[in-house]
Amino acid sequence: MTIWDSARESLSRDELEQLQLERLQATVNRVYKNVIHYRKIFTERGIIPEDIQSLADLARLPFTTRDDLRLNYPYGMFAVPLREVVRIHSSSGTTSKPIVMGYTKNDVRMWSNLVARFMTAAGVTRDDLVQIAFNYGLFTGAFGLHYGAETIGASVIPTSTGNTEKQIMIMQDYKTTVLVCTPSYALILADRMNQMGIDPKGLSLRVGLFGGEPWSEAMRAEIEARLHLRATDNYGLSEVIGPGVAGECACRKGMHLSEDALIPEIIDPETTAVLPPGREGELVLTTLNKEAFPMIRYRTGDLTSLDYETCDCGRTLVRMKKTMTRSDDMLIVKGVNVFPSQIREILFDTAQGEAPHQIIVEREAAMDVLEVRIEVTERIFTVEVQKPRAFLEMFRKRIKSVIGIDVAVSLVEPGSLSRDDAGVIPVIDKRRAS
Amino acid sequence: MLRIKNINTYYGQVHALKNVSLHLQEGEIVTLIGANGAGKTTLLNSLSGIVPAKSGQILFAGEPVHDLPAHRIVEVGVSQVPEGRQVFKPLDVADNLELGGYVRRRKREGKKDMKAALAMVYELFPVLSERKKQPAGTLSGGEQQMLAIGRALMAQPRLLLLDEPSMGLAPLIVQEIFRVIESLSRERKTTVLLVEQNARAALKIADRGYVIETGKIILEGAAAELLENREVQRAYLGKDKKQIWER
Repeated sequence: MTIWDSARESLSRDELEQLQLERLQATVNRVYKNVIHYRKIFTERGIIPEDIQSLADLARLPFTTRDDLRLNYPYGMFAVPLREVVRIHSSSGTTSKPIVMGYTKNDVRMWSNLVARFMTAAGVTRDDLVQIAFNYGLFTGAFGLHYGAETIGASVIPTSTGNTEKQIMIMQDYKTTVLVCTPSYALILADRMNQMGIDPKGLSLRVGLFGGEPWSEAMRAEIEARLHLRATDNYGLSEVIGPGVAGECACRKGMHLSEDALIPEIIDPETTAVLPPGREGELVLTTLNKEAFPMIRYRTGDLTSLDYETCDCGRTLVRMKKTMTRSDDMLIVKGVNVFPSQIREILFDTAQGEAPHQIIVEREAAMDVLEVRIEVTERIFTVEVQKPRAFLEMFRKRIKSVIGIDVAVSLVEPGSLSRDDAGVIPVIDKRRAS
Repeated sequence: MLRIKNINTYYGQVHALKNVSLHLQEGEIVTLIGANGAGKTTLLNSLSGIVPAKSGQILFAGEPVHDLPAHRIVEVGVSQVPEGRQVFKPLDVADNLELGGYVRRRKREGKKDMKAALAMVYELFPVLSERKKQPAGTLSGGEQQMLAIGRALMAQPRLLLLDEPSMGLAPLIVQEIFRVIESLSRERKTTVLLVEQNARAALKIADRGYVIETGKIILEGAAAELLENREVQRAYLGKDKKQIWER
């Protein structure tokens, strides 16, 4: 089993902790000096960088949340002048404020190497042809995998998303060996091949790197059986770096998290107390060597647990459990992060007022579908746009432009949405049940 | 082999090192870069026991050395080449070297060890062998620097601390000194902690580096990465100024 950076991925706990302490102290010194937000919240709590004398002292620092990032839109959290930034990515946000992430040249290289680690762990080598069917654009997914594959020396086929038949043609003719996409798209590819009468056994696929949305072991088994490849999971988030935070090795007993670049903590999402190893809670990440966009104790919202037992693969890095649930109400639809509050805001804008509505997420033929059902109210017909069809179309388009996904929208009878004591149930996610 | 955690060093009221943590692995060349007065020399002096740290931990080969006096630290295998060479000018080259081997003299195998060390130094710096009987004060600046390094090597250190070895030297001589430092690490597996004003030259031979600013470490990384870091380029590499001896 090959290890991409064995010097860093197989450090003894002792050596790793020394490196983490040095880098944590340097990061804290830097953010205190360069990022007004951090200096302010440290000062409010009476903390100076010299207070960080051990890794345990990390718990004294305040958390960073999505709201902090939004409030500092667009460049307030950058720790270097903008001219040193060579790349800007951003996440979907509300109408006004997405989250903006910057990378220096060194950040891009460091990111590439973190991705190269988990791709190598998944079995990708320089001889592979890697088809990347993630959306290239402001999201980090496609670029991260792209750089990782190039760093390894593999051949990258950047097909991006969509055009399923062309994806399959390329897969056949170019002899793709590694498939990168969301797990649900992998099943769509399998369905389409079936319809086209193509036997996946005849393809050259070997390894699948799937991410961007939660997926179950049952789904993994289905993908493997239908596409004849080895399906592996990886984890990342744009606010911290993108893909490359953690990924599975051949043992597939959790995802190795690159602890020389990030310190993970697990907290109780209610009390925010740090939980002992092994307990499930919300993942909190602190970056150790990012230059442009360092993060101190970022609350990811993802629920998981950490396993510090040594792994048979030789890596000493901690393993995190697959993330299936979140501590907040964020939905992941077709690999895109969607907050119900975003939809509520857009609806408020379009209808010029509150309208009772419900978000329903389903997985139809392996594809995520998000539907917004709105109860007909007087207001909707008194706004400028009189016709319900035009209203719905405008609402749909706004969601598409702000969040970036196609959704279904419909009007329903007043009082017909399911309710509980608190009123209309805001979100019904039917995917969990399946 | 060396592990420093949270050392704080003072000159009177001046807090010169603030919570500095740093490590070196066996055989590595690590460079410490920073502006004048940032704390680079202080860090070396705290390591060698000349200006002991007031708090914090220094482990050398797993053993705490922060409470040892300077001469004991030389004995455990840490030698410092001080800034401005500090050779004993009236003494000849051979005597200067012999003084560097002082810690060996008291050992049972001392005599034999000293001979071997001397031969090694003369092999590394043939010019010192030619000037054996000359008073150190009559040597050129570059030769004095070689002598200072040679003197430190006489103690056969496992860790060599170098303070500004290129200071005031002609470009060609600097190149020669850096070549020797590199070979000490690559061929003789000596671990090197290098403090240098000439950050570019230092980063070129180093494996890793730390950037120190007003007594605090603000960056740690592979030397190649630090060379690419714009902040480092701006502050310490005098970007756009091509160094003559690099051609």
